[in-house]
Parts: sequence; structure tokens; C-alpha cells
Amino acid sequence: MATARFRQRSSYINHAILIFMALTIILPLLVLAFNSIKPSSEFGANPLGFPNEIRLMNYYDAWVNGNYTQIFMNSLTLVIGTLILNLTVSGLAAFSLAILNPRGIQTIVVGLYLLVGISIPAQLFILPLFLMWKSLYLLDTRIGLVIIYSALNAPFATFLIRSYMLQLPTELFEAAKLDGASVMQLFTRVALPLSWPVFLTTALIVSLTVWNEFLFAITFIITDEYKPISSILFTFQSRFANDYGLVSAASILMAAPIAILFMFFQRRFIAGLTSGATKG
Amino acid sequence: MPKFLTSINAISWYFLFPVIFIHFFVVMFPSVLSLLLCLTDWNGFGRINYVGLENFQELFRDRVFKKAVKHNIIWTVMFLTIPVIVALIIAYLLTGIKRGQLFYRLVYFFPYILASIVNCLIWRYIFHPRHGLGGWFENQGIDFLAKSPFAMKETALYAVAWVDMWHFWGFLVIIYLTGMYQVDDSLYEAADIEGATKFQKFRYITLPMIRPIFVLSLIIIIIWSVPTFDYVYILTMGGPAYSSEVVANHLYSQAFQRMNVGYASTIGVMMFFYVGIIVGFFAILRRMGWEV
Repeated sequence: MATARFRQRSSYINHAILIFMALTIILPLLVLAFNSIKPSSEFGANPLGFPNEIRLMNYYDAWVNGNYTQIFMNSLTLVIGTLILNLTVSGLAAFSLAILNPRGIQTIVVGLYLLVGISIPAQLFILPLFLMWKSLYLLDTRIGLVIIYSALNAPFATFLIRSYMLQLPTELFEAAKLDGASVMQLFTRVALPLSWPVFLTTALIVSLTVWNEFLFAITFIITDEYKPISSILFTFQSRFANDYGLVSAASILMAAPIAILFMFFQRRFIAGLTSGATKG
Repeated sequence: MPKFLTSINAISWYFLFPVIFIHFFVVMFPSVLSLLLCLTDWNGFGRINYVGLENFQELFRDRVFKKAVKHNIIWTVMFLTIPVIVALIIAYLLTGIKRGQLFYRLVYFFPYILASIVNCLIWRYIFHPRHGLGGWFENQGIDFLAKSPFAMKETALYAVAWVDMWHFWGFLVIIYLTGMYQVDDSLYEAADIEGATKFQKFRYITLPMIRPIFVLSLIIIIIWSVPTFDYVYILTMGGPAYSSEVVANHLYSQAFQRMNVGYASTIGVMMFFYVGIIVGFFAILRRMGWEV
């Protein structure tokens, strides 16, 4: 009886701590949401609180004055381009490492190569890469950034897809081979349909990192017209320095697609992001 | 076609070729260039002169670089303590509850998926002296946060670290939670029979059992805190008066504002060696059977 009551009390304390920590996250997000619908005149008089007068025009302003249609398309182009290029090269590599020749020398060599690749800080190569891109006329183009993002995400994607393909039953491939399937057919007809879950997870994580990426986005895209959301928001800070409502609305517009995807695929996001870290 | 070109061994190389090519082109080749350029005084346009280790000598005399290294060390130590402790406690508390656990997990993890620029804007407004907490306190008649902590020399670095930690700690919660769920329940039951307190169970069962994942999280933090850039660059640009300058920031301004290619490469090489030493250190520990 006594222990039961003690347990109950301690569980209240636990919940109190957990709720407190949840509030430290929810409240700042709420402040951003409030700011995004607050008229500029109200910022000084009513900091942090819910706006007295709701102004949804902030979103319209952000969309029109910020030229958001173009910028959304830029970010979307980067995401889709990177997905196509990155998933193709990583999928092929993972298939080779997991199915074609899992015990070959390739696994060790390429595995080691990609591991070294992961632990190189971006700052080591960003400047020579910048000069290379300049001389190759890839600087200030979206395709140039797509190539960079695909390469940066390749080690992670290859490892993640490989670890899934290793679990596929080898009998399926043997059977397909007996039926006269070529190596390419083994990849497109057997491996791909079976491992779509891992491709989905990888695609979500790659989209997330590309959408949010900042360092390469501000470095390799100079013209405002080609800038993705993350680097344009950075310029908004000074361009619309006094229009807090607009900038807040613009940041919500940036976070919204990610938040919606997260709601639908939270398990995949969490699994992909944590396994990416713990395996890499 | 000759047999050696169609053997399974050759074909498996063909499949690997695209990924190796693109990664070599974007990461490896420029990295090697950087290793060579750090021995020159190139400025991106003129002649390339070999200067030996002069850049390294200059680096060790560079006051800003020393400051930046110090800030990076403070940064690492902060991240190794505050988020780790908070995440351990929260993860442990979460294992004890069933109702609402998913909700808590989602909330804690959510800032981790937001872009650095969004997180920075949120906190820039909250710390805004008139439109954020400062103004709110002023309306209550309290003189607190009347200046933005990002704009003061004493607090800039810590304020930036605060924002980054706010975004990061939920990630650790999920990692530790995964580890804690792998602990065998019978251990806790045995401890219950022995009459162990909650803290004792945490100290003598949970911590030792999650040690591998715990050590891994520390390695991740150490490695990830070396190239830390976004939050400092967005919030303070390393200022005021270099009070929040970190190494990556210093490199960035040397590289893209002053076009000191050789010097910037030298900083990059130092960062690379530092990360390499840490990775090597833990690889050796693991080799020696110190299961981390």
C-alpha cells in the first residue's frame, strides 16, 4: 500500500519533469507561430504573447515579397535532383556490396573508403571544391549543388541500403539467375522491389538534410534567384530586418513541409537519423 | 568480351564505380588538394608559391585561431555534459512511463529535424531585447535580458551553444532510449527484490548496460562539435569581437572573405587531423577489446 502510493507520487514528479522539458520545446515553437500572425505594430507592446489582432497577410507578404514560389521550386529541385542521383549511385553500390559480392575485397576497400569519407570535415574540402566548381562553371548552378549533395549523402545512403539488402534471402537471387535474369535485371526486378522500405527511409533522410542544408547552400549559390530556402531565409534576416512577422511566416513555411512529412513518417525519420549516426 | 571483364568480380566493381567517382570528385580530390595547398601561399588567383610549413607557424601565432580553438573546446565540453545529462535523465524517466511516451518522444525529437536557420530565428526573437523575453520582463518591471545575449561578449558563445543544444538533446534521448530498451527486464526485477532504489538501479544496471551506446554518443558529440558552423555563423558571425568565433568560422572568413587559400587549407588540415586522431584513438580502444 505504502509503496504503491510512493510510486504514484514519484510518477507525478516524473510526469512533471517530462512536461516541463516538453514545454521548453513547445513554447519557443509557439512564440514563432504567434509571431508569424502578428502585425508588426504589435511586436513591441505584446512580446511573446498571442496576437490581439491576427494578421495572416504575413504569409502572403512572405510568399509574394520573398518570391517564395521561385524559392520553393529551387529547394524542391535540389531535393528531387539529389534524390535521383544519390539513390541511383547508392542503390547500385549497396546492391554490389550486399548481393553481388558480399565477401569480396570490394566490401573492405569501398567500406573503408566511405568511412574515411564520412569523417572528413566539410571545411577541409569546401574551398578547393569551390574553386573547382568555379572553373567547371558549376558554381551558382543548382545542378552543381545537386552533385555536391549527392556525394555528401552517398556514404550514409550506401551503408543504410546495404544493411537492409544484406537481409534479403539469397535464394531469390539464385532462382532469378537460374531463370536467366541478367545482373541488371537482378537489381531492377528483384532487389529494388524488395527493398523499397529502405529506399523510402533513405529518401526521407536525404530530403531532410538537403532541405535544411546551410553551409554549402550559402557558399555555392550566389544569385538570389537560384537560392534555396535555407540561404534565402538567411538573407531575409537583413533584407526584412524590421518585418518580424514576415520572417517568422517565412520560417514556418520552410519548416511546414518537413513537419508534415515527420508526422506521417516519424518512425522512419527517427530510425533513419539514429542509425545513420550510430553506424557511421 | 574477355572473361575478366564479365566476371562477377568485375561486374561488382562496375556497380560501385558511380558512387566512388562522385564521392572522389566532390570530397576526396579537393581534400587532397587542400592537403597540398596548405603548403602554399596561394590567394586563389596569382602564382602558387611553395612556403613549406610557414602557414602552420603563422597559425600558432594567430590570436584569433587560438581563441577559436579555446571556444571549440568549451563547446565540446558543454555538449559532453549538459545535453548528455539531461538526455540520460529524461530517457530513464521515459522508460518508466507508458502513457504519453510517444508524445514526449516526438516533442523532444522535433527540433532536431528543423533547419538551423529556423531554430536560430526562433531564438533570435525570444532573446530579442524588446520583442522577446527582454521586452516581456520589461513590461513586468523586471530588468532581465534587457540586452540580447547574442550581442554581449560575455554570453555570446553560451547563448549560441544554448540554441544548438536545444535543437540537439532530443536526438540523444532517442539514442539512449533505444539502448535502455535493450536492457533485460529481469535485471531490474532482481534489483527490485534486493530493494534497490531508483538511482541505484540507474547507476548499477542501466548505465553499465548502455555503455557501448553511451560511449558512441560521446564520440559522435566530439566529432560533430569540431566542424560546428551554422549556429555561430547565423547568430553572431563569431562576434562581438571574436567572443564566439569557432574554428570553422575562422576558416570560412579566411577562405571566402579574404581568399587566403593556403591559410584556410591549413586550418582545414588541422581540423582533419584532429578528427582523425579521435577516430583512430577509439578504433585502437576497440581493437584492444575495450568494447566501446
